[in-house]
Amino acid sequence: MKKIIALALALIMVFALCACGESAVPAASSAPQGETAAPAEGANPVVKIGVFEPQTGDNGAGGKQEILGMQYANYVQPTVEIGGQTYDVQLEIVDNRTTAENGPSAAAELVNRDVSVVLGSYGSGVSMAGGQVFSEAGVPAIGVTCTNPQVTSDCDVYYRICFLDPFQGTVLANYAYKVLGVEKAYTLAMLGSDYDQGLIYYFSEAFKALGGEVVSEDFPEATANFVSYINNAKSAGAGVIFAPVSTNYAQLIIEAASAQGFEGELLGSDTWDNNMVVESAKGKDVSIKITTFYQEGGNPEFDAGIKAWMNENADAMTNNGGNDMVSAVTAMGYDAYFVALEALKAAGSTDPAAVLAALPGVSYEGVSGLIEFDEIGDAKRDQAYIKTANTEEGVWEFVTVQGVD
Amino acid sequence: MKTEKSEKRRDTIVAIVLLMLLLIVMTIIDSVLPSYHIVIKVIKKAAVYSLVAVSMNLLNGFTGLFSLGQAGFMLLGAYAYAILSIPVDKRPGVYQYFDGGIVQFSFPEFFAGFLGDTVGTTVGILVALLIGGLLAALVAYLIGLPVLRLKSDYLAIATLGFAEILRAFFQWKNLGPLTNGSNLLKSYPDFENATSYIILIGIFIAVIVLLVNSTYGRAFKAIRDDEVAAEAMGINLAKHKRMAFVISSFFAGIGGGMLAMYMGTLQALSFKSTMTYEILLVVVIGGIGSITGSVITSFLYIASLEWLLRGLDSGKFLGISAPGIFKNGFRMAVVSVIIMVIVLFFRKGIMGDKEFSVSGIINFFKKRKLRKKTAAAGGDGGNE
Amino acid sequence: MQALIPYIINGISAGGQYALIAIGYTLVYGILRLINFAHGDVFMVAGLVMVYATTSMPLYLSIPLVLIVTVVLGFSIERVAYKPLRSAPRMSLMISAIGVSYLIQNLAFYLTGGLAQPVTKPIPWISDMITIFGASTKRVTVVTPVLTLLLVVVLVYLIKKTKIGMGMRAAAKDFETAQLMGVKINSVISFTFVVGSFLAAVGAILYFTNYPSVGITSGSLPGLRAFVAAVFGGIGSIPGAVVGAFIIGLCEELIKGLGYSTFSDAFTFALLIIVLCVKPTGIFGEKVTDKV
Repeated sequence: MKKIIALALALIMVFALCACGESAVPAASSAPQGETAAPAEGANPVVKIGVFEPQTGDNGAGGKQEILGMQYANYVQPTVEIGGQTYDVQLEIVDNRTTAENGPSAAAELVNRDVSVVLGSYGSGVSMAGGQVFSEAGVPAIGVTCTNPQVTSDCDVYYRICFLDPFQGTVLANYAYKVLGVEKAYTLAMLGSDYDQGLIYYFSEAFKALGGEVVSEDFPEATANFVSYINNAKSAGAGVIFAPVSTNYAQLIIEAASAQGFEGELLGSDTWDNNMVVESAKGKDVSIKITTFYQEGGNPEFDAGIKAWMNENADAMTNNGGNDMVSAVTAMGYDAYFVALEALKAAGSTDPAAVLAALPGVSYEGVSGLIEFDEIGDAKRDQAYIKTANTEEGVWEFVTVQGVD
Repeated sequence: MKTEKSEKRRDTIVAIVLLMLLLIVMTIIDSVLPSYHIVIKVIKKAAVYSLVAVSMNLLNGFTGLFSLGQAGFMLLGAYAYAILSIPVDKRPGVYQYFDGGIVQFSFPEFFAGFLGDTVGTTVGILVALLIGGLLAALVAYLIGLPVLRLKSDYLAIATLGFAEILRAFFQWKNLGPLTNGSNLLKSYPDFENATSYIILIGIFIAVIVLLVNSTYGRAFKAIRDDEVAAEAMGINLAKHKRMAFVISSFFAGIGGGMLAMYMGTLQALSFKSTMTYEILLVVVIGGIGSITGSVITSFLYIASLEWLLRGLDSGKFLGISAPGIFKNGFRMAVVSVIIMVIVLFFRKGIMGDKEFSVSGIINFFKKRKLRKKTAAAGGDGGNE
Repeated sequence: MQALIPYIINGISAGGQYALIAIGYTLVYGILRLINFAHGDVFMVAGLVMVYATTSMPLYLSIPLVLIVTVVLGFSIERVAYKPLRSAPRMSLMISAIGVSYLIQNLAFYLTGGLAQPVTKPIPWISDMITIFGASTKRVTVVTPVLTLLLVVVLVYLIKKTKIGMGMRAAAKDFETAQLMGVKINSVISFTFVVGSFLAAVGAILYFTNYPSVGITSGSLPGLRAFVAAVFGGIGSIPGAVVGAFIIGLCEELIKGLGYSTFSDAFTFALLIIVLCVKPTGIFGEKVTDKV
C-alpha cells in the first residue's frame, strides 16, 4: 500500500513539476510591488532583462542588495523606447546560488527565458561559469561587481561597469603607503576565495614595489574567532590590516580588532561598503578605510528615492539588512540597469546580438560616475572613492577620491 | 525455473531496446536544442550526479560502509582533470598569480597532435578523466588503510574530516603553481552535447552494475547484511571493504572530473561537505541499495532544483502568485521539507533496494489484480 | 611568554564555548549512539533568537526566551525526527540528523533573508573590555570558562545524584536492558536533548557575545569542532568532553599564533582521525563492547 502511495506521490510531483515548468517561463518577477510598477500599460510589448545574481549561498546577501538597485531602477524607469516602440521592461531574476557549480544551469535558465541582456553577477567565479553559457548563446552580459580581470578578458560577451582587482589593489596599496604612511601591512584573506586572494595579490605587488613589507595569512572558511589573527598582526608590527573579505567576516574582524586594541588602520575593499559592516563598527574604537564604487550622498536624488522606496517595501528592507542605508552594490545594480537600457536603445532592437553589438559604444553618466567600456569590455575607471567609518554614528563618510598614483 | 530465465532474457532485451531508444532521443534532443539550452544543462548535470550518487550507493548501500568523503574524492578527480587538460597557451592566463603554473602539458592537445583534433581531444579528455579517477582511487586506498577499521559513524566522521583536509591542501597558497591555490581553474575542454555525457556515464554505471552482480558484489552485500556472518562464510572483510572503498572513490573521482567539465570553472570551495550531504540525500531518496533509484532521483532532483521549482523563489508557482511566501530561499526550504518527509515516512525511498525493470512493473500490476480478485472473492476489503 | 598570553586566554575561552556544545554531543551519543548533526544548527538558532530578542525586549525577558526556544527546538527535533526511527538502523538515524541540519539551515535562510545578523545590542557587563596580564579582551572570555565549569559541576551532580540522572546512566550503559528494567526511556532521551540544548543555548549566548555575527552556517564549524572534542575526550564522558574541548581550543589558537592558520581546521580533523585510529575510546572513554 505504501508503495502505491509513494508512487502516486512521485507521479503527482512529476506532474506538478511539468506544469510549473511551463508556467515558470512567463512568471513575472519584477520588483516586489510589481502591481504599482506596471499599471495598465499591458498593451506594450515586453523586453526582458536577466538578473544573474546569487540569492542564496555565501554571497546571497550581497547579491540581494545588488538586485535591490535593479528593482528600484525598474521601478523608476519601467519602460524603454526601442526603435520607436515603447517596451515594458521585465526583470527575470534567477538565483545562481553563489557557486560555479550552479552557474551554468542558472545562466541557461535565463537564456531559456529569452532575455535580451543579462546583469550580474556579484562575484567573479560564478560570472565566469555563466559567461561560457552566455557566450555560446550570444547573449550580452553586464557584470556589476565582479572584479576579476578574467571575467571579461576570456569572454567575448561579458562587459562590466566596475573597476578591476589590479586597479583596486594598487589604489589601496598607494593609499596605505603614501597617505597613511604605513610601511608594513598585514593581509588577511579567506582560504578558497578567489576574490580575496586576487585582490591581496595585487595589493602586495604594489605595496612591495613601493618599498613596503607585507605579511599574509589565510583563515579557513566559517571562522568566527579573529582574535589570534589580530594578535599576529600586532606582533608583526603591521600598521594596517588589509582584509578584503565578505561582510560577515568584516564584522567579526572589526569586533576582534577593537577588542584587542589594534591601533593601526583596518583597510577594506568594496565588499566592506555595506550597512551591516559600518553598523558593527558603531561605538567601537577602530579606524576603518575602504575603497568603493559609490559614496552615499554622491547623488542625493537617487539616495532619497531609493530610501523612500525601501521604506515602503518590507521585503526590500529585509533584503537590505533591515535599514535603509544604501550600499555601493545597490548603486551599481541601479547603474547596470540603466546601462542595459542605453544598450537596448542604441541597438534599436531586443535581439541579443544587436544589443551585444551596441554595448561597446554605450556611454552613460550613472550615479557611480561615467560608464564607458574599453576594448576588453571593462569600464574605464581610474578613480575609486575612499570612505571611512564614522564610529560614533555608524555611517560611512567620504574621505577622498584616489587614483593609482 | 524456466519462466524466470525467459523473464530475465526478456528483461535484458527490453532494457537494451530502452537504452537504444534513450540514445536516439538524446541524439534528437542534442540536434534540436542549442548547447546552452537549460534542458541540455540539466541533463548533463543530472547525469554527473547519477554517476556520483551510484558510486556513493555502491559504498553506502551495497557494502554498508557509511562514508562521507565523496566531495573529497570528487575534488581530486576534478583537479586532476582540469590540471591535465587546460591548453598550454591558456595557462598563463589561468595561473595569473603563479607565472603560468608548473604543469606545461595538456593531454587533449598532446593526443590531438597525432590523432587529429576531434579524436585526439576526446581521447585526451578520457585519459585525463581516468587519471583523475585513478588518483582518487589511490588516495582512497591510502586513507582506507587506517580509516576502514572504524565502525559506522566513526567512519563517516573520519572520511568527512579527510575531505576537509584535502580541500585545505588544494587551497594552500604554496601549492599554487599546481592547483592555482584559491583561484579558479578554467578554459579546459568540455563535451558540447549531452549525448556524450549520457554515453560515458552510462558505460561507467554499467560497469558498476556488472560489479554489483558479480561475486564481489554478492560479497559486498553479505558484508552489509552481517559482517560477522560474512566473515564466517570466508569473505575477507578488510580486502572487500577496501575494494569497495577504492572502486567507489574511483568513480567519484571520474564524476568529479565530469562535474568540473560541466561547471566550466573549478574551485575547491564548491566541494564542501554540503555537496556530500546533497548526494547522500539523493541516494536516500532513490533508495539505499538501488542503482536505478539513484539515477532516477538524480534526474528528478537536479531538474526540479535547477529548473522546475525556480518559480518558488520568484513569486509565482503553478499559476499561484504569492510574492509574500514565494520569496527566495523558499525553494530550498520546500526541498528540504520533502527530503525530511521521505527520510521519516518513506524510509525505503522511491525504489527501496529494488531495481527498475519491466517484469517488475508487470508483476506489480499482476499482483494487484490478483489481490483484487481474491479480495472480491473473499468478500472482505483488502486490508494490506 | 608575554606574547603567548593573548593566545592562551583566547584558547581557553574558545575551549569553554566548545565544551558547552560538546556536552550536547556526548550526552546524545552516549545514549542513542547518534552523531547529532543538527546540534550545531540548534546552537545557531539560539544565536539568531538572541539577536532578535535582545533588540526587541529587555534582558530579563530575552535571555530566558533564548533558553526556552532552544530547549523546545531540541526537544521537538528529537520527538519529530529521531523518535520514529528508534528501531531503524543507525544509518537512517544519522541521515535523519543530516536532513534536519539541512532543513534548519534552509528555513533559517528563508526566514532571515540569508544575511549574517550582527548582534547590535550585546549583553552588557560581559561584553565590557578588561585587561588581564597586559592583554586586553572582553570580559566574556574570562566568564566563559568559569561558567562552563560551574555548569558542568551542576550537570555531573544531576547525573550522579538524581533519579533521571540514574536513568540516563542506565540507558547509556545498555539501552534495551534499561528499558526492560522500567526506565522510561523516552523521557530520559527527551531530558538528554533538553539538557544538551540548554547548554548549547548558554554556549551560543557567550559565543555570539564574543563573535557578534550570526549567519546560517555559523553553527556548523563550532559544532564539528565540539564533536571532535567530544571524541577526543572519550565520547559519552562529560569530563572527557570538557577536557577535550579545552585542548582543542588551545591547540587551535596556538596553531594560528604559529602562523599555520591555513591548516587550523585540518589540524582539528587530523587529530580526530588519529584519535579514532589509535584510541577510539578517547582519553576518558569507557571500553565499549560491540553489541551484535
